[in-house]
Amino acid sequence: MIAADLNIILPEILLSVFAMAGLIGAVYTGKDRLAPMLVWATSAVFVALAVWIATNGSGTNVAFDGMFIDDGFARFAKVVILVSAAAVLLMSQGYMERRGLLRFEYPMLIALAAVGMMVMVSAGDLMALYMGLELQSLALYVVAALRRDNVKSTEAGLKYFVLGALSSGLLLYGASLTYGYAGTTLFSGIIQTATEGEMSLGLLFGLVLLASGLAFKVSAVPFHMWTPDVYEGSPTPVTAFFATAPKVAAMALFARVLHDAFGGAVGDWQQVIALLSVLSMFLGAVAAIGQRDIKRLMAYSSIAHMGYALMGLAAGTAFGVQAMLIYMAIYVTMNVGTFAFILLMERDGQPVTDIEALGMYAKREPGKALAMLVLLFSLAGVPPLVGFFGKLYVLRGAYEAGLAWLAIAGVIASVIGAFYYLRIVYYMYFGEDREDALDGGKSPVLWGFLMASAVIMVVGVVNLFGIESAAQAAAATLVN
Amino acid sequence: MDNLLSIVTFLPLLAAVILGLFLRGGDEAADRNAKWLSLIATSATFLISLFILFQFDPSNTGFQMVEEAEWLLGLQYKMGVDGISVLFVMLTTFMMPLVILASWEVTTRVKEYMIAFLVLETLMLGVFMALDLVLFYLFFEAGLIPMFLIIGIWGGANRIYASFKFFLYTFLGSVLMLVAMVAMFADAGTTDIEALMNHQFASESFSILGVQIIGGLQTILFLAFFASFAVKMPMWPVHTWLPDAHVQAPTAGSVVLAAILLKMGGYGFLRFSLPMFPVGSDVMAPLVFWLSAIAIVYTSLVALVQEDMKKLIAYSSVAHMGFVTMGIFAANQQGIDGAIFQMLSHGFISAALFLCVGVIYDRMHTREIDAYGGLVNRMPAYALIFMLFTMANVGLPGTSGFIGEFLTLVGIFQVNTWIAAVAATGVILSAGYALWLYRRVVMGDLIKESLKTITDMTRREKAIFAPLVVMTIWMGVYPAPILDRIGPSVAALVQTYDTALAEAAAANQFAETTE
Repeated sequence: MIAADLNIILPEILLSVFAMAGLIGAVYTGKDRLAPMLVWATSAVFVALAVWIATNGSGTNVAFDGMFIDDGFARFAKVVILVSAAAVLLMSQGYMERRGLLRFEYPMLIALAAVGMMVMVSAGDLMALYMGLELQSLALYVVAALRRDNVKSTEAGLKYFVLGALSSGLLLYGASLTYGYAGTTLFSGIIQTATEGEMSLGLLFGLVLLASGLAFKVSAVPFHMWTPDVYEGSPTPVTAFFATAPKVAAMALFARVLHDAFGGAVGDWQQVIALLSVLSMFLGAVAAIGQRDIKRLMAYSSIAHMGYALMGLAAGTAFGVQAMLIYMAIYVTMNVGTFAFILLMERDGQPVTDIEALGMYAKREPGKALAMLVLLFSLAGVPPLVGFFGKLYVLRGAYEAGLAWLAIAGVIASVIGAFYYLRIVYYMYFGEDREDALDGGKSPVLWGFLMASAVIMVVGVVNLFGIESAAQAAAATLVN
Repeated sequence: MDNLLSIVTFLPLLAAVILGLFLRGGDEAADRNAKWLSLIATSATFLISLFILFQFDPSNTGFQMVEEAEWLLGLQYKMGVDGISVLFVMLTTFMMPLVILASWEVTTRVKEYMIAFLVLETLMLGVFMALDLVLFYLFFEAGLIPMFLIIGIWGGANRIYASFKFFLYTFLGSVLMLVAMVAMFADAGTTDIEALMNHQFASESFSILGVQIIGGLQTILFLAFFASFAVKMPMWPVHTWLPDAHVQAPTAGSVVLAAILLKMGGYGFLRFSLPMFPVGSDVMAPLVFWLSAIAIVYTSLVALVQEDMKKLIAYSSVAHMGFVTMGIFAANQQGIDGAIFQMLSHGFISAALFLCVGVIYDRMHTREIDAYGGLVNRMPAYALIFMLFTMANVGLPGTSGFIGEFLTLVGIFQVNTWIAAVAATGVILSAGYALWLYRRVVMGDLIKESLKTITDMTRREKAIFAPLVVMTIWMGVYPAPILDRIGPSVAALVQTYDTALAEAAAANQFAETTE
């Protein structure tokens, strides 16, 4: 019995063992000299696990009496998480190394965060949910403050920690209320209570508090305040990491809780999610207009994108979940490319984040500028780029669920949002030529990720690389 | 050739990819190669597109040369042409080599410039051929990207403002159309345009927030599409992006904008609004008529006081597009025939007028009307060509402009005499501003010092105008070949429109009697 359970969580066990072995090994031997090797090894392990999970898993397997669920939905999310984490880890190596930030703990913390995220998306119980979430969060608090001698970085870490603790508190309070009124922490038990007749007020409060805690993790308005500061203060590769894998994990967990635990009460949470969605879309679109720092700008951009993903979730249907999964996969791909570009923005070896520094970038670096142009239009959701299809899926999901007003609000927000993406294009292509032009950016790894991401945005229009059917199958296992 | 349409559509894109990947260097030789490759690619596209014209069977009112393939989300890649779209395809392929020729003197970032225009050609052709809602939207919207860059990079002094205004204005218009498309997808379960034309969208009135919506869902959908196409057209009062975009865009950009991009709005009305939402169109037609009439008179008056030549022609474009919308929603054979004819003829005439401005702008680097005068003394050939197109713009019989205006006026006269009367005054006003412009620029004595050394048109410039002159006069003298190709499809459209309206009226009556 226990062997079967362990077999199901074998990927998580292997990754944990790898992280601990790496830590111990590095402490006793080469310490930071091993770090570059560990980065590559961790990425390789991520990719290997992703391939394994994608090809090997089948059906729905439940371990530990329902605390851990390994289904198509979890596998889809895990593959996206692992692949994007591997990509961001590889991208960060050069940047961290040149600034003396590449400690051996960094890849290991990312690996532990990945374990946390994998548990999150597979959680079938409030306890498992909390354990996964905290493992992920604790690792992330530390990497946010990785640059110990920098005020902004330590501020980012502290801010993230304090606000994260607050959200964990909310979440725990919600979990305890849910437990109190449902009599169980298992999702499968909660859903029975929730569907039997009227949902009790206590359970409703539990649901709302749980949703608040999770909204914090996906940085949905009004729980978004930490995002711009943490994005700005953390070292850029860490920001890139924040913007990708943890967002997917938190969004998948959100879907898991709403559908697995409260699936029978769609009417009770639909309005909440729709409100979070519309607020995020508009705040993300409007607040980014005034930003000059590209990392802060991307923070607001990700808030807006979470709003669109939540639109899919608000639909409360299998198609909505499918749309959300596709949206997140596309979002992650775009952000990997965009952050590769941001990491390439350097002058005299120093990172530059002011978008005005991009003046006439297209003249000096036509290839990279074109790739960024493609990514920006894709982020804005302009066809024929893949970003548009993400929007099309969630719009359809929302419309078919009777949320036409949300769809209309979403497209209007996307027009407002288009302005700030266009502004970056404006600096790159029409702006003033500058004396202090950016010079850096010779990293072939970053160049490769940037170009690959841009090419995917263009070529993906043919069939989205078959992700549609995978997401459909994944959504079908969650919503039935 | 089974996939003729795809070949024509994607040939320019292929050339753009080749340019982008394989053309290296920024010296003069590379620039020259870029220009020649683009010219060859666009000319080849035109020659191949002639096969479409020859294969096209005017008596068949359905879609022809259809290509289908599965796509994602239950969408499909479906291309085809009918009598309404085939001539727009030809207009596009015909204009593009001229556009490339007109940009022969571009010196900054030539390679990117050519790539932008080649990509734009693919997207414009796609708009006219797409037979899937989302595919149409994809081409329709994607065209904003190259045009945004063309205005922003190669435009005039105030290009930033103009490019942002152009992009955000048209983007806002079309996202509402996207929501409507999602709604249609949900309602009909398909995005196939052919199937949607046969689908009856609900037209029972209902009320939202206490407001009674006559025509129900159809009216809502109509308005969402209207938001997009009216901006694109552009119709008064959402036309204000056009003068800015035209003035700031480089000459070739203005030509594409006036000749082809504006036609997408009119094409959209004919492809979607009339056949898919007949009841909605019928309900909203009076509004469209009055907006058109106001556009014709108001923008003509505004054109009279312009100091900038390009702005004047831009306002005259808005006025001429007023005739088009009026003709379309008259929803009878003459009106729609005339609207399509007017769009085609305006494609040639306005393109030629912008090129005329380009000729003297290249020499004097100003578009101020006051900076010119007496050009006839040094530029006789230019004076002759400019006169021909001024007259065509006015709608002189014997030029293509006359046929379009006359047919649309005939069409609207049968529906609403008042609108016809108001619109007819626009014809007089257009004579006013066009002839006055001509007098101030070309006639009189050459007294300006700066103009004393101006040279007449070069052989390249004459070569650009020659086909436009031929088309304008030919279409004006012998319009039958054009109308024969449009006619049957338009007749079918009018018939289905009338039947749908009659059915809806009968259904309403039935509902009232049973209540």
